[in-house]
Amino acid sequence: MSKLKLAVYWTAACGGCDVAILDINERILQVDEAAEIVFWPLAADPKYDDVKNMPDDAIDVCLLHGAIRNSENEEMARVLRQKSKVMIAFGSCSAFGGIPGLANFFDKKEIFERVYRESESTAGKAGVYPSPAVIVPEGELTIPEFYDTVLTLDQVVEVDYYVPGCPPAVDTIWTALEAIITGELPLRGTVIAGVKTLCDECSRKKEEKKITEIKRPMEVEIDPERCLLEQGIVCCGPATRGGCGARCTSANMPCRGCYGPTDHSIDQGAKLVSAIASIIDSKDPEEIKKITHLLSDPAGTFYRFSLPGSMLRRKRKEDVS
Amino acid sequence: MAENIGVYVCHCGSNIAAVVDCEKIAQAASEWDNVVIARDYKYMCSDPGQNLIKKDIEEYGLTRVVVASCSPRMHEPTFRKTLEEAGLNGYLLEMANIREHCSWVSKDKEAATEKAIALTRGAVRRVVLHQPIKEREVPVNKATLVVGGGIAGIQAALQIANAGYPVYLVEKKPSIGGHMAQFDKTFPTLDCAACILTPKMVDVDRNQNIKLFTCSEVVEVDGYVGNFKVKVRKKPRYVDEEACTGCGDCESACVMKNRIPSEFEVGLGKRSAVYIPFPQAVPLKAAVDEENCLYLKKGKCKQSCVDACQREAIDFEQREEIVELEVGAIILATGFEIFDPSVGPQWGYGIYDNVITGLQFERITNASGPTGGKVLLKDGSEPKKVAILHCIGSRDENYNKYCSRVCCMSSVKFAHLVKEKTDAEVYEFYIDMRTFGKQYEEFYNRVQEEGVHFIRGKGAEVTEIGGELTVRAEDSLLGVYREIPVDLVILNTALVPCSDSEKVSQIFGVSRAESGFFLESHIKLDPISTTNQGIYLAGCCQSPKDIPDTVAQGSAAAAGALAAIATGKVTTSPISASVNEDICSGCKTCLNMCAYKAITFDENKKVAEINEAVCKGCGTCAATCPSGAITNSHFTTEQIFAQIEGVCENG
Ligand SMILES: Cc1cc2nc3c(=O)[nH]c(=O)nc-3n(C[C@H](O)[C@H](O)[C@H](O)COP(=O)(O)OP(=O)(O)OC[C@H]3O[C@@H](n4cnc5c(N)ncnc54)[C@H](O)[C@@H]3O)c2cc1C
Ligand code: SF4
Ligand code: SF4
Ligand code: SF4
Repeated sequence: MSKLKLAVYWTAACGGCDVAILDINERILQVDEAAEIVFWPLAADPKYDDVKNMPDDAIDVCLLHGAIRNSENEEMARVLRQKSKVMIAFGSCSAFGGIPGLANFFDKKEIFERVYRESESTAGKAGVYPSPAVIVPEGELTIPEFYDTVLTLDQVVEVDYYVPGCPPAVDTIWTALEAIITGELPLRGTVIAGVKTLCDECSRKKEEKKITEIKRPMEVEIDPERCLLEQGIVCCGPATRGGCGARCTSANMPCRGCYGPTDHSIDQGAKLVSAIASIIDSKDPEEIKKITHLLSDPAGTFYRFSLPGSMLRRKRKEDVS
Repeated sequence: MAENIGVYVCHCGSNIAAVVDCEKIAQAASEWDNVVIARDYKYMCSDPGQNLIKKDIEEYGLTRVVVASCSPRMHEPTFRKTLEEAGLNGYLLEMANIREHCSWVSKDKEAATEKAIALTRGAVRRVVLHQPIKEREVPVNKATLVVGGGIAGIQAALQIANAGYPVYLVEKKPSIGGHMAQFDKTFPTLDCAACILTPKMVDVDRNQNIKLFTCSEVVEVDGYVGNFKVKVRKKPRYVDEEACTGCGDCESACVMKNRIPSEFEVGLGKRSAVYIPFPQAVPLKAAVDEENCLYLKKGKCKQSCVDACQREAIDFEQREEIVELEVGAIILATGFEIFDPSVGPQWGYGIYDNVITGLQFERITNASGPTGGKVLLKDGSEPKKVAILHCIGSRDENYNKYCSRVCCMSSVKFAHLVKEKTDAEVYEFYIDMRTFGKQYEEFYNRVQEEGVHFIRGKGAEVTEIGGELTVRAEDSLLGVYREIPVDLVILNTALVPCSDSEKVSQIFGVSRAESGFFLESHIKLDPISTTNQGIYLAGCCQSPKDIPDTVAQGSAAAAGALAAIATGKVTTSPISASVNEDICSGCKTCLNMCAYKAITFDENKKVAEINEAVCKGCGTCAATCPSGAITNSHFTTEQIFAQIEGVCENG
């Protein structure tokens, strides 16, 4: 049997997903036995043309991690799609936008202003913005175009499977890789992780969800047995797909939501808003206001990993009425 | 999904057609996917209108129907029935409200038509995803619980009991009778309140079908229409009801005699710690007031009541009891409370001796009251000038926006009674005179002829000028500012919701209106039902009203309960939520959200469960569930989003 042809690529991402793949430790040998890695910028030093010159469908499976933030990301996503039989959105950035997706609370102009003019670390002439093409004495120089809106992979190309996580847990990765190696892939479109939300696998004791205060983890002595949310710590577990093994909550840290929504919720952030609103134990509008104001950065908390893939997608644009 | 949809646009006479171009909607609709026929017609709800739908269902093989007309709260049941009659499940209907949402709220014909088209398109998109669902039938327990023993509760209880069915009447005070028992005479006929109320109270006592619980409150309600399970907390009376004959010997012997302000006399008279609330009380039994009985409070008293009672009825060993009842229907008749005028120092209540409330005046003028029915000032002399102030705490942005409905008439009644009993000049300060009931205007005319001064202007301030009580008001008819010295001021205070109505609304799962009174299903067409099927409202707990209206509503609520009892079954809406066990993560977020307590948790399976029969299909839990595990039938996410997309789409 010929070896499986595997590609791994990153677009707008931190690289943590690459490291996570290496985290499967000695099992990487099993992968090596079954698959030939034909393209992996982190591990080898391939060039764009190496892929572009491949015949269509030359790659069996492509794991693409990272969001689509600029024209280069998009171009590579399209090329890889064309060359791959199976495209997997790997990691939260690629599956639903991830941390780079938080940029959708701003637009390109605001981001450039902040980064190239206002930022404390701006050196040299402030207000010089990158532009896709510049003419220098030697000729024209080009860089990819920075998009106004961060996109998920499936907003650009068709995606066959999703592996969520920031980064995906080792077990999640192994489940996916094993399925690939054995050829026992689930139904197209499946998110390869848990079906229920995290609370199902979180071993903390759930009693009554009623809170009168919202606290940050460092402000309290956390009871290691009880549900964090019931202790007033905003935990995204109730609205976040499980399958991660509840790594965070077993380490006394609330779930940050990296596995995204379940198949049955359209918008993870909106679900979290209604979940938190539902458990606030007060009928007095003033008191409720006081309690909700204790939550710093609600938008960033609720949509931390899922903004571009959510129903909202981004902040409303001012010029759209 | 191919469906055959018929779209029917109603003109509602000119109600819709005067603003919205109905023909244009029908034309637009005829172009949409799945629509096989689109018509506009003068009155869709009329027989010919409904027949149009039935004929089309047959001729065009319609599988779904959209009616663009008035609010579904008005005619959804009508059109559901139309569909059923033509052999189609009634839930394969969707309505677009192009009257309340379009023609009635706009003069801009173009914009209103555009919006009407959008709403109709939303309905068409949604109806494709409708599923046929069936109403459920549940058996009905034949007993009824009536909560509150005022005239409303008494009327309802008697009506049902006289029809031959059992009633449990729960009253929190030691006697039934409510506010009416405190009145002297009642407008407009000036019947003595006791004369018309007491026989009814006695009937309650004697009726074999009525089981009366006094000193009792409902603490828990479970179940659903036809099958409620109720827990009643019966507080100890410390008097054996069987043995007590109501002779009053204990009351006279009590060491606290004449030392405790009497509730019945609104603080104008005093009572003992063991007391009979009033001479006509039902049941006519003594009760010990825990708060003021020396023995119960401090454990130290010579217990002269025990010695005085020849029947050995005093029983300090009595303890609170929880009684469990099963009933098919519940009638809430918890009445009202009186607005406390001491919150507004401008009215001088609690500051000046001779400023009293209307209810206190009822006691003063009552022959069995603290002054034996003589209208007297605090010092025992007869007043020479009396002011009656309307709308204290009513129709007032600062307190209650609503009109309390009975105070104009009771003020006129007070004026008449003062005139009848004294030689005093009487000044009435009113904003508008509202005497709308049967024989009310005639009563007002009669009192006007008795020489009462009616001053149009709200009594703004009660103060003392030169040692004399004075009412300040702007006379809006004469356009002058007046200061009228008087020696008695009667503040006719608002009727307000009971202070425990929030708690009561939660126990019974009924909603409250902005005013705080319980909310009816439909203000005009169903003022006795609540959104909690099987729970009815009667009397002032729904809104302030006079005795005739209270009695009418008491009977109407009884009729509502009797309808279900007589047939032995009720149909409940098939719209309800359910939990998908394969998705529920057991997070427990939903558990506290159901106003009807339909959600429980299965600790073995670690999933939430919804009791379909109790669920009202409100959708709160479905919106709450962060897993998306809860689906509300007929309001699924897909249906709602299809509708939104239909509304938002252009063209
Ligand atoms: C000063 C004044 C004068 C009036 N004069 C007239 C008049 O002349 N003619 C006229 O037609 N109308 C008059 N009215 C209006 C009249 O009082 C009402 O229409 C009538 O009393 C309403 O009866 P009800 O049974 O709804 O309420 P209520 O009389 O308030 O009775 C409610 C009963 O429910 C009990 N209850 C409350 N909460 C609970 C609970 N949680 N559990 C158990 N029991 C509970 C209460 O103890 C009370 O017994 C007057 C009103 C006022 C304020
Ligand atoms: S809310 Fe968070 S801490 Fe509580 S059970 Fe769910 S995942 Fe665990
Ligand atoms: S003395 Fe005895 S019988 Fe008489 S009222 Fe009191 S408790 Fe009842
Ligand atoms: S909110 Fe949803 S997931 Fe949580 S317990 Fe209720 S049904 Fe289950």
